[in-house]
Amino acid sequence: MFPIEKYHMAESVQDAVRALAEDENARVIAGGTDVLIRLHEGHADYRNLVDINRLDELRRIWKEDDGSICIGALASFTEIMNSPLVREFVPVIGESVATVGGPQVRNRGTMGGNICNGAVSADSACAALVHEVDLVIQSPDGERVEPVLGFHAGPGRVNLKTGDLLTHFRIRPENHENMGAAYYKYAMREAMDIATIGCAAGLRTKNGAIAELRLAYTVSAPTPIRCPEAEKTAAGQPLTTDTLDAIAQAVEQDVKPRTSWRATKEFRMHVIRTLAARVITEAAAKLGEQVA
Amino acid sequence: MKRTITMTVNNKELTLDIDVRASLMDVLRQQGFTSVKQGCGVGECGACTVLVDDVPVDSCIYLAMWAHGKNIRTAEGESRNGELSPVQQAYVEAGAVQCGFCTPGLVMTTTSFLENHKGEKPSREEIRVGHAGNLCRCTGYETIVRAVELAAKKQNEE
Repeated sequence: MFPIEKYHMAESVQDAVRALAEDENARVIAGGTDVLIRLHEGHADYRNLVDINRLDELRRIWKEDDGSICIGALASFTEIMNSPLVREFVPVIGESVATVGGPQVRNRGTMGGNICNGAVSADSACAALVHEVDLVIQSPDGERVEPVLGFHAGPGRVNLKTGDLLTHFRIRPENHENMGAAYYKYAMREAMDIATIGCAAGLRTKNGAIAELRLAYTVSAPTPIRCPEAEKTAAGQPLTTDTLDAIAQAVEQDVKPRTSWRATKEFRMHVIRTLAARVITEAAAKLGEQVA
Repeated sequence: MKRTITMTVNNKELTLDIDVRASLMDVLRQQGFTSVKQGCGVGECGACTVLVDDVPVDSCIYLAMWAHGKNIRTAEGESRNGELSPVQQAYVEAGAVQCGFCTPGLVMTTTSFLENHKGEKPSREEIRVGHAGNLCRCTGYETIVRAVELAAKKQNEE
C-alpha cells in the first residue's frame, strides 16, 4: 500500500484546479512513475494527491491553425515518440523522451510530470528549452502561459503555485520552423538510467553560417539551463570545427556542474564540452549542413 | 479509502472493492494472479509487467484505481486450455527460463512487442530496446533474445 493520506480523482480540469487550490500540500499525480516511487520510498510531500488520469482531454497532441504544436500534459512518452506531428515538426522532443527509462515507464510517464517535477535530469527538458515551449496553465484565476525559460526555480522546484495545473505545452512556429535540433543523453547505461549529462542543440543556418544556436543542458547546473555565452559565441560564425571549439570553450561560463556519486565535476565538464560539438554537428546534419 | 472498480482480467469481468492506496500488482496478486511478480516495487525490474488495454505497464507503480474500465492481461491468460501461448512456447524452446521469476513479465512484454511488430523481422537491437524494462539475473538475455526471435518467426509463419 502506498502511504496516501488524501486522494481525489479529478473529473474535469476545473475540478482538479479546485482540489489543488483547496490544499496547498496537494500534488498532482499523472503517470505515477515518479510520484508512486517517492511514496514507495516514504516521502511525506506526496501524500495528498489530485489524480488527473481521467482527464483524457489532457492526452491529446495537436496542431493549431497558426502552426503551433501542442502536447497535452498527460500524453505519455510513448504517445509523444509515436506522434506523427511530433515526428514531423519537433522530432527532437520525441527523440529525447525515447531515452526515458524502459518501455513500461515510457508507456506511463508524461512530459507534464517530467517538467513539472523540476528534475535537474529531466530528459524532456533540453528539448523543451531549445524549442522554448510555452506552458499553458489553468489556475483558479483562469488560464496563463509561462515560458519554459525561467520555469525551473531550483532542484525539484518550478514556478507552479497552489491551484495551478499544467494542461499542455505549446511550441510556437517561431520556435520550431527551419530549425535542426538534436539531443544526446550521456548515461552509464543505455536504458533505465538517469542522465549524467543531457544536451540538446537547436540550430538555424544562413549561407553556411550559424544564424541562431540554442544550446541546453541537464545536470549541468541546479536547473536545466540554456547557454547564453555559448549561443552568443556561435551567432554569425561559420559552421566550422574552430567555431565548435570556441562554443565548447564558451560553454564553461554557462554551466556549473557538481560532483555526485554519478560523476565528478571535472568529468561532467569534459562531457559537457564534448557534447556541445556532437549535438551541434548532428543538428546541422538535420538541416543538410556539414561542419567544415 | 475504498472505491469500487470494474476491470476485465484475462477476459473475465471483475468488480472489486479496492483501497485507493493499492497498486494494481497488489490487487491482482490478491485475486490469485500470482504470475504478477513483486520485484523491485519501483518500476525498474519489470517482473510485475501486465498489459493494460494491450500496453505493457509496471503494475507495481500503477494504481489499481486506474484499471477501472480497462482490459488487463496477465501471463495466466495467455495459455488457453492448458496450451502455452506461442510466446510462452518460444521461451520454453529457446531455454529462456531459468529461475522463472522474470518470465511472466517478460512474456507479457514480448507479447505486446510482437503485436506491435506483426509481419516484421525485428532486429536484435529492436528486441533489446523493446525489452529494456525487464531485468533477468539468470539468463544473460541471449536466450531471451532468441526466444523473441523464435516467437516472431512463428508469428509470421502463421
